[in-house]
Amino acid sequence: MMLVTYIPRMLPLAVLSRINISKGVLNWLSYVPVAVLSALLAPELLLKDGQLSINLTNTYLLAAIPCFIAGIYSKSIFLTVVTGMGMVVLLNRFI
Amino acid sequence: MAKPVVAQAGNLQVLDVSQGLRESIPVLLGVIPFGITCGIIGITTGLTHVETILMSLLVFAGASQFVAMTMLGAGIADWSIIVFTTFLINLRHFIMGASLAPYMMKLPLPFQALLSFGMVDESYALTANRIYKVGYSPYYQLSVSMSLYLTWVISTVFGVMMGGYLANCLEWGLDFAMTATFLVLLIPRLVDRISLLVCTLSGIIAVLAALYLPGKWYIIVACLVASVIGSIMERMRGHEK
Repeated sequence: MMLVTYIPRMLPLAVLSRINISKGVLNWLSYVPVAVLSALLAPELLLKDGQLSINLTNTYLLAAIPCFIAGIYSKSIFLTVVTGMGMVVLLNRFI
Repeated sequence: MAKPVVAQAGNLQVLDVSQGLRESIPVLLGVIPFGITCGIIGITTGLTHVETILMSLLVFAGASQFVAMTMLGAGIADWSIIVFTTFLINLRHFIMGASLAPYMMKLPLPFQALLSFGMVDESYALTANRIYKVGYSPYYQLSVSMSLYLTWVISTVFGVMMGGYLANCLEWGLDFAMTATFLVLLIPRLVDRISLLVCTLSGIIAVLAALYLPGKWYIIVACLVASVIGSIMERMRGHEK
């Protein structure tokens, strides 16, 4: 993990002065973070025990809504995470 | 001979370092809870205290560490998947490093190596902002990166220590902490139509792949397909203009 974290940070410096990366590759790389995060999020929110679960018993999906709103307005990781965790605890208690 | 131009004026170095430290403060405040969460999640997914802290010490990559811990927690024994996913996540630093490379090329090699280790999203953003406003300073970049690194490690240690006490009472909400973190990291990136499309597409593919593919391959499949389609879309839009 250390190596594969470090290599991308160091490699451009080592290589870039000699080789030009094509614009297409840079373009592709710029969409990687969005794609990775979405790919991690969606199954967490929409699947429950390996089954599609889009209904009111899915506490994660419900908790994600206030979480999303908190994320947009506060832009704070801490506040969003606390909101999310609090909602899950509350929902678990009532559903 | 290797000393950069800045060495001519020792005062400037000190100024750059203190400016770097000052401007890192708001970012550091965001890093602290992230590091604490990282520490708590590390031990709740079954890593030892030392393993969790070592991960922050050696890897220094928030999102990747969270992903790796999610995978370890889900019982992924295949290290190649974790390493490959980490690589994919960190590929974004390639672009950032590339944009800083022209400024850093003149620095001595060990200095370059150290700055590369500390180049994360936050330190990149601050350094790029400083280049835009005043010009490049390696000492500014160094003080930003190192304060981020130290804060990351120390808050992970704190999380690991607190986790022992908090694990039981936070148990329910904690497994959602990571999901919430991904959500809050994702939101600011959804700034244009193509990013929204990539997000939606990646999410749909990931859900379908998670239903029908074994293991955690859905992450890689969804990520590759959605990001490639995103870049094709951008290229097409570019041609229209």
